[in-house]
Formats: sequence, C-alpha cells, structure tokens
Amino acid sequence: MSDHLCHVTDLEALERCAIHGRASLYPERIKIMVGMATCGRAAGAAEVLEAVHEEVEGKHLPYAVAETGCIGWCSQEPLLDVWVPGQPRVTYGRVKPGQVRDILAELPDPKTNLALAVMTGDDNALTGKRISYCNGGDGHVDGLKSYADLPLFKRQLRIVMRNCGIVDPASFEEYAARGGYRALWRALFSLTPREVLQEVLTSGLRGRGGAGFPTGRKWQAVCEAKGTPKYIICNADEGDPGAYMDRGVLEGDPHSVIEGMIIGGYTMGAHEGVIYVRDEYPLAVARLSEAILQAQRSDLLGKDILGSGFSFNISITKGAGAFVCGEETALIASIEGRVGEPRPRPPYPAEQGLWGKPTCINNVETWATVPVIVQRGGAWLSAIGTGKSKGTKVFSLVGNVTNTALIEVPMGTTLADVVNEIGGGVPAGRVCKAVQTGGPSGGCIPAAMLDLPVDYESLTQAGSIMGSGGMIVMDDHTCMVDIAKYFLGFLEDESCGKCFSCRVGTQRMKEIVDRISKGRGSEEDLKLLEDLAWLVGETSMCGLGQSAPNPVLTTLRYFRDEYLAHIREHRCPAKVCKELITYSIDPVTCNGCGACISLCSGTAILGEKNKLHTIEQAKCTKCGSCLETCKFDAVLVN
Amino acid sequence: MIRLTINGSSVQVEPGSTVLEAARLYGIPIPTLCHDDGLSAYGACRMCVVELGVGHLVTSCNTRATEGMVVRTNSQRVARARRLLLELYVATSPQSKRIQDLASAMGVRECRYEAKNEDCIQCGLCVRMCAEQMMGGAIGFAGRGVSRRVARPFDQTSELCRQCGACLYICPVCELRCQASTADTALCSGCLNFSPSCFKTYDDAMCFLDPCHACELTGPFRADARTSRRAATTAR
Repeated sequence: MSDHLCHVTDLEALERCAIHGRASLYPERIKIMVGMATCGRAAGAAEVLEAVHEEVEGKHLPYAVAETGCIGWCSQEPLLDVWVPGQPRVTYGRVKPGQVRDILAELPDPKTNLALAVMTGDDNALTGKRISYCNGGDGHVDGLKSYADLPLFKRQLRIVMRNCGIVDPASFEEYAARGGYRALWRALFSLTPREVLQEVLTSGLRGRGGAGFPTGRKWQAVCEAKGTPKYIICNADEGDPGAYMDRGVLEGDPHSVIEGMIIGGYTMGAHEGVIYVRDEYPLAVARLSEAILQAQRSDLLGKDILGSGFSFNISITKGAGAFVCGEETALIASIEGRVGEPRPRPPYPAEQGLWGKPTCINNVETWATVPVIVQRGGAWLSAIGTGKSKGTKVFSLVGNVTNTALIEVPMGTTLADVVNEIGGGVPAGRVCKAVQTGGPSGGCIPAAMLDLPVDYESLTQAGSIMGSGGMIVMDDHTCMVDIAKYFLGFLEDESCGKCFSCRVGTQRMKEIVDRISKGRGSEEDLKLLEDLAWLVGETSMCGLGQSAPNPVLTTLRYFRDEYLAHIREHRCPAKVCKELITYSIDPVTCNGCGACISLCSGTAILGEKNKLHTIEQAKCTKCGSCLETCKFDAVLVN
Repeated sequence: MIRLTINGSSVQVEPGSTVLEAARLYGIPIPTLCHDDGLSAYGACRMCVVELGVGHLVTSCNTRATEGMVVRTNSQRVARARRLLLELYVATSPQSKRIQDLASAMGVRECRYEAKNEDCIQCGLCVRMCAEQMMGGAIGFAGRGVSRRVARPFDQTSELCRQCGACLYICPVCELRCQASTADTALCSGCLNFSPSCFKTYDDAMCFLDPCHACELTGPFRADARTSRRAATTAR
C-alpha cells in the first residue's frame, strides 16, 4: 500500500517502486482480493470484505487482503478472488458474507466447488508480456473454466482496462509493477513532444467520448495554437443512462489516466491539467484524489518531473450532475464557474478553451490509452481495429443480457459477437429485439442488423452513434415507443435549455410520443414527430441537441410498425404501455393460492383462498406485481 | 475587408462582422427573435439560422464572416427550419404579435401543436438588456431543461433592480400582446376567417396593433377593408 511510497527520482527508483508493487501484487503468501468498485459495493462487496477481514484477523491467518477495481463481470458481483502463490487465481462470484468462512477454510486448496472460474495469468497490454500465475503449469482446475476460455473474456482485448480488477487502485507501486509510468519516462527522456504527437497520429486513435474526433489531430491543433498557458482536461462527466466505462477505469486504474494526461501535457506544452468528474462518482473522486496525491509525492506530478525540467499538475473539478456539462464547451464553462451551457464553435477549445487559452479535452478512455501508444508505438495500436476506427473500445453491456458486463473489444467486433457471445445472449425464452448504443444521443439498432461491426462509421450509418460506450440490450418485452419516451424524458430534463429548438423541441417530442404510448396518437403525429426531429437535429447548437432526435428517428425507422400498432390498433405489442394493456386472471389456471392478493398494491384483486381470483379493472394500477409473482402463469396481459 | 458570398452575390464586410451583420448591410433580411443590435449575440432563438454548405445550420448572429464563406440565407432547408421553428414558437407563445407576424410572413399556415401559452420564449433579451445596457444584472436564467426560466436571484426582487422597465420594453412577447387568447387555433389566422376572434374582445382590433402580414394580404384588414372598417367604427 502507500505506506512505503517511493520517491521517484530516476528509473531505478521507479524500478524499486515496481518491486514493492510486485510484492503486493503477487505476494509469496495467499492473497484474497475483493472487487471494491462501485458496482461491487452496490452488490455488497463491502460486507464481504469486512467478513474477510474478520476471518483473517480473527484467526490470525497469514493472508494478504486487498481491494481491487472492477474486472467487468458485473452480473457476478460481488467477486472475491483467492490467489495461492503458484496456483491460478480462483474467482468466486455472488459471494455472500456468510460464505467467506467456507471459502477461506479450505485454503491453500481453494474450495473450487463454489468457484466460478480461474485465471491462469494475464496479458499486460502495456508491456506486451504475459504473466503466468501457475509456476509454469497450465493451471488447469477440474470443473472450472479458465478466464481465457470463458466466452465473456475470450474475445476481449483489454488495453484501457489492462489493470482493472488486477491491481489495487489505491496502490501506486502496483501500477508501477504493471509497467506504469514507463511510458511517461520514455516520453520525457527518449522522445521529443513532436515524436509523441507523431505516435498518437500514427495510432489513429479517435476520441472515446463519443464523437470520435482523431485525437492526434486535436493534439496537433493544440500544439500549433498560439497562447500560453495551455491546459489539459480529462472529461469524466459520464452521464449516459446505463453507461459506466469511465467509472470503471477511474475506480480500477486511476494512474493510467494521470499518466496519459502528463504525457499529453508534455506533448502539447501544457503545465496544468483538470479532471472534470461528476460528483455522483464519489469513489472515483476519492481514487483519483488519492492517485494524484501519490503521484505528487512521488515527483511524478509537480515541478520538474523526474528531473526532466517539465512541470505538470492536475486538479479535480467536480461536476454537479448536469448531463450537458459533458459537452466540451459547457464543461469548460462549468470549470470556470459559469453556467454549464455550450457555446458555439469555432473557436474550438484547441484555440480558445479554458480561460480563453488553448485546451485539449479528451475522455478518460482516450487518456488511459495514451501510455500504451507511447510504450508500444502508434503502429501497434493502429494494427488493431478496422479501417478508420483503431484500437479497442470499452462498452458497458447492460439490459436484457445474460452477462451484464464491462467489456473491452477491438473495434470492428460485430454487435452479434458482443451480445450473443460475450454477453451470452438474452435470457432463455426471450428474443433479442434491439441494441441501443450511444446513450440518449444514440439509437436503437434492430436485432436483424446485429452483424454490424462496432466502429464509428458503421454505427453512424445505422442511425446510431458509438457514443461513450453504453450498450443496452433489449428483448421482446421492450416497447420501442416506451424507450423513445424514456430517452426523450431524459433529454428534456438534461437539455441546457438555451436553444429554443432543443428545449421546446424535446418537450414537444416527448409530448407526442407520450400521446402515442397512451393510444391517443394519430398517423399525422408521426409526420409531425419526423418534422420536429429534423428541426431539433438541424437547428440546435451543440451535440446534445443535434443528436437528441436519434432515439426517436431510429425507433421510427426500424420499428415503425410498433408505433402504428399503438396508433391504429391502440395496442402495445410488447405489452408495456400501461394505458393500452389490461391484466386479467385465467380462470382455468388460477388455483387461488392468494399470492397475488397480498402483493397487489391497489387491492384490485378479489377472491378468497382456493377460489378463483379476479382483477377489478377500475382499481388496477397495472404495476405488474401479480404477473411477476404468479407461479402458475395465471395472470394474463392483453 | 472580408469577401464572402451571400445567396450568390459576393459581398464585402469589415473584419469581425457577423454573418447577420453582413447580410443586413446588404439588405438581405434574416428574421431574429433574440437579437438586438445593442446587445451581445446570444444565439438562442435559432431563427437566424443560415446554411454554410456543409454541416448543420448555424446561427448567423454569432457566426463570424470569414473569407470565402458561402452563405445561403433562404435555402429550402433554412426556410423549412424557420417554418417548423415558428410553428413551435406560435404554440409556445400564441399571443405574441411579433411571432404571429413572423409566422404569417414565413408562410406558416397551420400549428399542429396544442397551444401552451407559456409566453416566455427565453430569448434572453431582457437578461442581456438588464446587464449590458442598464448595468443592472437583476435577472438571469435559472434551472435547465424543462425547469429553465428567467428568474430573479432567489426569487426576490434584487436590490439591483431599478424597476426601469427595460426588460418589458425589449421583450418580444410582452409588448404588443394580442389579448384574444380564446382563439381556436394557436396560429392567428383570425383575419383569414370572416370572424376574427379578436373582434369579439375589442371593438376596434386596430386600437394599437398593426395588422399582421397575412391580414394585410388577404384578410379583412387589407388596405381597402381597413379604411372602410375604420370609417364604420368612427361613425358609430
């Protein structure tokens, strides 16, 4: 941990840090790790960790206990890993505090009947080296799959998430042990700023925040811009519903972002960096603050970094939760203390950004990729991916999918591979209907188009966008009108409201879609909706407004029949829209168990025990709890 | 001087001019709702959008004219955007004569939305007027999205407010309000009908309003009808 923090004055000192790090990463005693990112904590990881501590301290066991970030296997949180030196790392999923005693009792022979999978080693994207955990053996454990064979991990290539779920995010030494800050070293002492820029240009890296602007060209513009001082900003104002890529990286590996930013500062001649992170990510803020402090104390931030003469510092600004502050000009306004409203570009932030000075804004993922580019060369990254989209992209795979997960795949992987293979498809008995990418600015891609490769161009062509990486899988129980309504509701709240077309346009679109979802729409409404969507996209100033119609336009484009069913037949095909469905009880299958009666919030279910139940329509709030609770499928929805 | 092309004509303007200024200098009309020559450009009403060949439409009031720029101020795309915008404006603030006038001038003949009578279109003229011309700064915007509004600090009258009324004076919605809010449609096509709704409210609808374009062209307010009607009123 950070007790014996190294003072990095030269490469040897960094190596000494790395040795400390290796000692805690791969200790010579048994190590217990708990995934303590927000996702893990939400599932109860803190209690599991407490149970581990109690057990280890109570019995004076000579085990090392560590926290780690999110490895991305969200559906199995809380995750507990046991690593016995010389043996594969054994992962336990959905661990309950009560199971901890059992798991630890069997050590050093892990209790594999409770385990999920084993990790025999890992590939470090930064160094290109594979670290084997198994003393040269293949680490095979009977009955357990290796991570490398799990569909969830097999297709992944982890560059941005290279350390997530492996290192302790609070440990600077462990980051160094994984090859961290070598890229900074290489940049400062072996490369000129121009050479670093050339590497980034060669890599073909594009902004991971959503728009996909070539990072190298943005950097070049900042390099060439007149005016000092220059600023570096890391955009960590992640706000898309269902997206948590940045959080995963910040909570799992904050140093990678910091290292990327320092390299960026060196390349562009900036001496100050700001991380704009939303306040709803308290753990990410804490991890970042800690990492910045560590870097400062180790001479990796501050004046005269590593004796190179280059000075750079990073501060954190916490965002107050406005979605629009993820837009770069609004973000800058927010840092400056003004209302978070976008302003027209040009001038671009590269010319006039923070405090009117040249500013480079990149997303968390982009910054975390930079050290790898410097370390392994731009050509290495550009060999991964498709023609115009290089490298890898992190996605949060959520919704009606078996493995909800945080994954990182090479660009060009098809949606089908992501959803069906990595995600394990939709749960049994359901049919995949659509995949929503890009958050509220993105669109719904129908299941028929799942062979679409995931890259900037293909997704844009399909009417959606890459966005920051939210990927929501929807099954046949999802109503696309309802989805459009949901996203419009989000946008009407989150539009900054300056442009009339965006503010009023999203409100009116929501109004129309709401009307349709209640069965009160007309076919003229669809034309109006299309007109309005065109208007909002065409006349709004910033990216939020320009992409706001996408959820409506893509659902209209691919699921028009569903809109028409609501309008013409007053029917919701997915049986979601409350105004258009009724609940009833099948007199044949109902055995009068009474389970639904006790749950019904509106006391709408009549009947006695062992007698047929009926639903009184006037009182029914259509909450659906009877449907969920009935074990005999006796509740019908029409 | 900067040379640019507006609607096919090449024009020259001083460096630093906006596209709107360039167009108006040469007598090319661009409608605006949130622009005033004495105030800073804001770009909120989106009425002054123009086409620059590539990309989205941009607001001419806060886009600088650059050398070689090709501007189209009234292309089909621009006209469609303005008509659709005005339809939204009419539904938001049907009582504003300025908006009704623009709508009829731009050929908006239907309003497909339910009228909301929100009145304030958040053009920000009052806020800028107060801050920039009156050196007051007594009002500003609060909230975002649905809850955005022009507000006083903490909803209390600011000490900075001298009650000068400049905000009222410059408001495109407050001034010249048509009081006939009972019209069946949000769009004032009253005069296109033979029984304009405002006649029910006022004896003489001409009391202080100039007729809107639609009325002048075809309605009972057209020049000849106007004289006869006025004569009739006087006689009564």
